[in-house]
Amino acid sequence: MRAVATTTLIKGARSTRSTIALKLLMAASGIVFVLFVLVHMYGNLKAFSGELAYNEYAEHLRTFGEPYLPYGGLLWILRVVLLGSLVAHVGAAVALARRAHAQRPVKYAVKKNKASSLSSRTMRWGGVALFVFIVWHLLHFTIAKINVGKGGQAPDITENPYRLLVNSFLPEQWWMVAIYLLAMLALAFHLHHGTFSAIQTLGFTNTAESRARARVAGWVVAIVIAGGFSLVPLFTVFGVIS
Amino acid sequence: MKLTLKIWRQANASDKGALKTYELDGVSQDMSFLEMLDLLNEQLLHNDEEPVAFDSDCREGICGMCSLMINGEAHGPEVTTTCQLHMRSFKDGDTITIEPWRAASFPIVKDLIVDRSAFDRIIQNGGYISANTGSAPEANSVPAPRDKAMRAFNTATCIGCGACVAACPNGSASLFLGAKITHLGELPQGQPERYSRVQSMIGQHDAEGFGGCTNIGECAAACPKEIPLDVISQLNKDLRKSMILG
Repeated sequence: MRAVATTTLIKGARSTRSTIALKLLMAASGIVFVLFVLVHMYGNLKAFSGELAYNEYAEHLRTFGEPYLPYGGLLWILRVVLLGSLVAHVGAAVALARRAHAQRPVKYAVKKNKASSLSSRTMRWGGVALFVFIVWHLLHFTIAKINVGKGGQAPDITENPYRLLVNSFLPEQWWMVAIYLLAMLALAFHLHHGTFSAIQTLGFTNTAESRARARVAGWVVAIVIAGGFSLVPLFTVFGVIS
Repeated sequence: MKLTLKIWRQANASDKGALKTYELDGVSQDMSFLEMLDLLNEQLLHNDEEPVAFDSDCREGICGMCSLMINGEAHGPEVTTTCQLHMRSFKDGDTITIEPWRAASFPIVKDLIVDRSAFDRIIQNGGYISANTGSAPEANSVPAPRDKAMRAFNTATCIGCGACVAACPNGSASLFLGAKITHLGELPQGQPERYSRVQSMIGQHDAEGFGGCTNIGECAAACPKEIPLDVISQLNKDLRKSMILG
């Protein structure tokens, strides 16, 4: 793919090398993420069932599929799939963003946005924000298990998923709740346009009606996932989950 | 009406260019936007200044020659072409910023004129049907379903003006390309080359340097012919199918 103006006709162009193929890659990897966060969000809601149910669920994720899978096998499969999707999603996004940048070297002095939503115009920076959040989130709950609340790095907290969760969102750590809620806002924005955009990229919006339905799907996915995730830190900071 | 015009002036392709401000008096509300520019050029010529170069041809809204980014909107505030935009859409004392289409694939020739031959090359590379010449065939021998015929006709109204590229933050020509793909792909005559067409045309689109689509919808809002966003979905669908069908 060359990003320069040409005066010749391209012969033997391959569809798999096109900008649309990059978009299809973004749509497919995006769907992987949507399905993952949907299941992740559902799992988080187990916090409302109490410490025992929550920790049992966490352990079950590791014993899932035994003995066919080894202990923690499902999680490792998910990690590989998610990491692959991330590389594809970010790689395609960077390639397309660079093309877009090269195509408009001189900016407009005045430019109005007439039809695009705020969410559609914040996809690139919103994506970067989500990436930064994911790095922090993994350090927080998975890799380093950073307990910001009382009890420090004592194993009875870091090795207990429920306690680590509750200690993270106590009222004293209101800023932690703020970080997570802000991240969920960014996720909602990304999902709102991303869902619609994926459906359109896959070519399922060939009428005005189907396009309107895809827009509704964007709202539903954004509200259900970001809203569902936000319940746990909110209900913890207000003491319902303790 | 008295207007303040901020117009992009650029002597040639290699010149850097800049916005220059002009005061114009005596503009009638009944003038078209291009007639207003004609009036400005008369004033410039009278003052021994270089007139503003801009594109126009039919001035009936059907040829796709005129362009102009007017106050940040392609073809200005109405859903029509610049030549069919009238000064009644503006108020006395308004400041109007006029810029050319901004896209690396549409290099500036002079002032507000850009070279859109990249579109011609996209059409050359598959935007047609191959048919034997000879006497006209019997009109009803190839039936076309009404819905498909209407969609083909509606998308065939694309005049290739380039407003979609100008309005798109990615400088993508997906709406133009989608309009052509839908127009030819909906009719029986377009079927034999349907999947090779989409591959060749997107190949040319990408080689020309146009950006990828992010489905934000600025193109459809800028289109003077109101081509809907669903032609891009059709383009994506046809390309996806072409990956499998070859």
